[in-house]
Amino acid sequence: MMTKINTLWPEIVILGMAFLVMIVGLSPSAKARRFTFYMSAAALVVAGYLVMRGDTLGLEPLSGMAMYLKLAILAIGLLLLLAAAEVPDEAHADLPDDKSFHPSLVSRGEFYGFFLMSLAGAMLCVDADDLIWLFLALELTSLPTYVMVSIARDRIEAPEAGVKYFFLGAFAAAIFLYGFTLLYGATGTTLFVPFGQTAGEGAVTINGVLAEQGIGSLAMLGLILSILGICFKIAAVPMHAYAADVYQGAATPVTAFLAFVPKTAGIVAMIAVLNMVGWPLENQGLDGALFWLIWVLAVATMFLGNTMALRQKNVKRVLAFSSIAHSGYMLVGLLAGPVVAEHSGFHISNGIAAVLFYLVAYGVMNLGAFGVLGILRSKGEECETYDDLRGLVRRHPVLATVMAVCVFSLTGLPPILGFWGKLYLVGAAMSQAQGGQSEWVWLVVLLVMASAIGAVYYLRIIAACFLPDANEETVASPKVPWRIVASVASAVGVVVLSVSSGWLLDAANDAASPKPQSAEPTAEQITDEPTPVVSQLID
Amino acid sequence: MKTLLPILVLLPVVCGFGLALLPASRASLAKGLALLVSLAVFALSLAMCFRFDFAEPEVMQFFYVQNWLPQFGVAFSFGIDSISLWLIMLTTFLMPITVLGSFSAVKERHKEFFMWLLVLEGAMLGVFAARDLILFYTFFELTLIPMYFLIGIYGSTQKLWASKKFFIFTLTGSLLTFAGLMWLAWIGSTKLGYWTFEIGQLTEVALSLSASQQAWLLGALMAGFAVKVPLFPVHTWLPLAHTEAPTAGSVILAGVLLKLGTYGLLRFALPMTPEALVTFAPLIAVLAIIGIIYTALICWVQQDVKKLVAYSSVSHLGFCVLGMFALNLAGVTGSVLYMINHGLSTGALFLCIGMIYERYHTRDMDELGGLGKKMPVWATFMVFFCMASVGLPGLNGFVGEFLTLLGAFIAQDVLGPWYAGVAAIGLILGAIYVLYMVGRVVVGPFKVPKKYEDHVTDLNAREIAVLTPIAIACVVLGVWPTPMIRTMEAPINGLTAAVQHEIAERKADAETTELTLVIDADVTPTEVVR
Repeated sequence: MMTKINTLWPEIVILGMAFLVMIVGLSPSAKARRFTFYMSAAALVVAGYLVMRGDTLGLEPLSGMAMYLKLAILAIGLLLLLAAAEVPDEAHADLPDDKSFHPSLVSRGEFYGFFLMSLAGAMLCVDADDLIWLFLALELTSLPTYVMVSIARDRIEAPEAGVKYFFLGAFAAAIFLYGFTLLYGATGTTLFVPFGQTAGEGAVTINGVLAEQGIGSLAMLGLILSILGICFKIAAVPMHAYAADVYQGAATPVTAFLAFVPKTAGIVAMIAVLNMVGWPLENQGLDGALFWLIWVLAVATMFLGNTMALRQKNVKRVLAFSSIAHSGYMLVGLLAGPVVAEHSGFHISNGIAAVLFYLVAYGVMNLGAFGVLGILRSKGEECETYDDLRGLVRRHPVLATVMAVCVFSLTGLPPILGFWGKLYLVGAAMSQAQGGQSEWVWLVVLLVMASAIGAVYYLRIIAACFLPDANEETVASPKVPWRIVASVASAVGVVVLSVSSGWLLDAANDAASPKPQSAEPTAEQITDEPTPVVSQLID
Repeated sequence: MKTLLPILVLLPVVCGFGLALLPASRASLAKGLALLVSLAVFALSLAMCFRFDFAEPEVMQFFYVQNWLPQFGVAFSFGIDSISLWLIMLTTFLMPITVLGSFSAVKERHKEFFMWLLVLEGAMLGVFAARDLILFYTFFELTLIPMYFLIGIYGSTQKLWASKKFFIFTLTGSLLTFAGLMWLAWIGSTKLGYWTFEIGQLTEVALSLSASQQAWLLGALMAGFAVKVPLFPVHTWLPLAHTEAPTAGSVILAGVLLKLGTYGLLRFALPMTPEALVTFAPLIAVLAIIGIIYTALICWVQQDVKKLVAYSSVSHLGFCVLGMFALNLAGVTGSVLYMINHGLSTGALFLCIGMIYERYHTRDMDELGGLGKKMPVWATFMVFFCMASVGLPGLNGFVGEFLTLLGAFIAQDVLGPWYAGVAAIGLILGAIYVLYMVGRVVVGPFKVPKKYEDHVTDLNAREIAVLTPIAIACVVLGVWPTPMIRTMEAPINGLTAAVQHEIAERKADAETTELTLVIDADVTPTEVVR
């Protein structure tokens, strides 16, 4: 038990700071309240240091997967924090600083506190080896976001979105909790083996029991319900319905947060659940029911996301459906699964590594696109429609370029980052067609067709920004310097990663290649990890 | 020397983006700088042409390779044989002309216009020089972005729709090609034991595929390249894009961009899928012929001069495809020559029409007529390029046209006289619609829109300087094409070797089957007798 706590210090630091931030956020001094932003950033940096170098301080070394995901969450979390730096100001634009201070009127402390909690929840998902733990970590990721959606914008749409998100989220939580219960009922244990690790001697785990007894109908029902419930977190069909409304209602930086953090937690949970039965899924229980479930979900998600996005006029809704579509692409990688490594080295067939890579790529490029939307104001309101973006390049060439880089990356045009992500996913899926199974080839064909549909609405965003004359009413808000930094940084990140993504590919591959049991990860292996994403992106 | 190709490709791209950094007050410098850069690139390519070893034109020369993403087996790998060389020369030759030709056409957003032109040049050169599939695909897709902006920002009335249709059509097709190439690379990885996208290695892998697998691969390749060519029935984006594009966009589109499709077919379909080609070549040739005749008929009824030339492009590229799928030396050589010649003559026609549009702001044949009387210099060029375009013997168009038809005619085992005969109707139709247009616009009673009647001016020195080099090239390539044909013989033989082998094998098979049938017939009765 001690060793477990020993791996959790990064999360403990973040959670501790979250409470501290909430208290300082109630200070009557505006200066102290403003300081909460820097406290939050510091917590993320310290946690990042602990994740990377914790072993030198006597902490338990992390597995490759945990290291990769936690660093990714922290690095992109830091960018998201920058993008959200001015959100509390905007939410209470009309509140004078010191004069009419009232604790119930300020939300800065709550906002950053919940922000940190949600990040800590996503990081805790990575460590989960118990259904209860997984459930609590998932909820710790989601519950703060309900509040963040509601308090971060001074508009009636925000609480509306918050309430929708909360009720549907609770509904989804009930579904996967029900699934977890059935799994417990079928196997008699809540313990499971995390991805890439092996069960201890004599430990009774879900993985072990399922492998021994086979997957009965009860366990299968549990698995299916768990997967469907988790689909809510990654905004995949059939639990996608909330995405457009909630993304539209939330303040734009919060929307960017929703598109990355809960999605990452969901993907991690999905990996954990699928790892209970193990890959390849075709060979698992009841005629590969799980395989076909994920196959259908992936295809439906890609197509629904991309076709529904075509019909939207609001760019935030477009990006919401685009977020759904990208979840569909990632499901393809989850379906392909990891490689049983005969040799160390790079495996393009490793679907989990492809998903890990895609998550980071998506996080960075998506943040840039949302960031630009968040910077712009049209008649004092947030910039939301195609018309608001009209002729952006004439007035703000830098912002338009950031938008173009990120959107072309989302489209998957070579040689931009998103293309490498898709190439990895397609390569992983194609590699599964060993015996010429056509379901994999079709999956790839459907993936590229869905991307082609996606190109239509991404192109519409580009067209709005670049082709017509400028919309004189759209201006860049002068009050959001940090958000500009975050957007430009993510565009620079996209460009840098487009040209040299080799190190990130290797890191993802190492993280998703389970090491043989005998080789305990040593300090050397851990320090061999690539340079932190943080410095790469901020520089 | 080794880095010549990457420099050639990157120079215009880097300089292009450099133009974007010009301060707004100096934006007028952009066109001059762009002309300088494109001339420098042309000079570089000329130097490369002189250093090229024509004794071994089939060997990939100026080879350069640098790891990019070794994880995926992707490398910066460049190299050219003589076919690539000529297409690169075409590109670098047309680009300064295009830049010079659009000096007065662009009224606003100068910097961006010339930036996108230069980026486009780099991307097109990259396609012809790439020796790595992903690199090829990258440049192939990269041509979309500059062209999209050129049409979308600087085009005429329907520019938004045209640019979007162009982008989506091409992207959809090439994404399917991408899936096919990934599949090939995966097969390669199981056979070779490592991932690579090197074109030579993947060609060998493709040759080991079964007939039905090759058919799927051919289908995937056709999906992308047929849209780009464009082949009937996926040609509908081209007339629209051509009509709406600014003059420079049309010139580059007709001159080089369309050739990316035929070049892709030549570089990948021919050597990779011989078995499938022999089976499906007649089908594709039929599509090409339908395209030739159908679009030629459409040309006949056009009112808009530019639209007429645009549709004639589709018709002409049909000949190009027909020649290529004759699968023999004459046909493929003719097809490559056709690519170059069509680039010159149609590019020049678009320039001529652009000059008229700049003066009178119309391209409607009802509003224009008898321009030969007031603009003799322009009329001379116009008629000259029209003749080159319809294939007057002695000018460049004739050589390619003749060779493609000859190739189709003598390809007894693949196409045959019928294909050549029917396609030749396209030639007659071509002469009809071009002469019809010349008859209305150049000769006859003088007519221009009322408000411009007072300021009719003939071509100025810059415009003559734009058209003269192309005219000279047309004559040279028409009178004396032999050197160019000679240099292309070896690489084309290399590219068609597999498919020629396949044809010979099928022929031999057919003969043996006949023999065995005869023997069986002989043997069976004796057995019965026994």
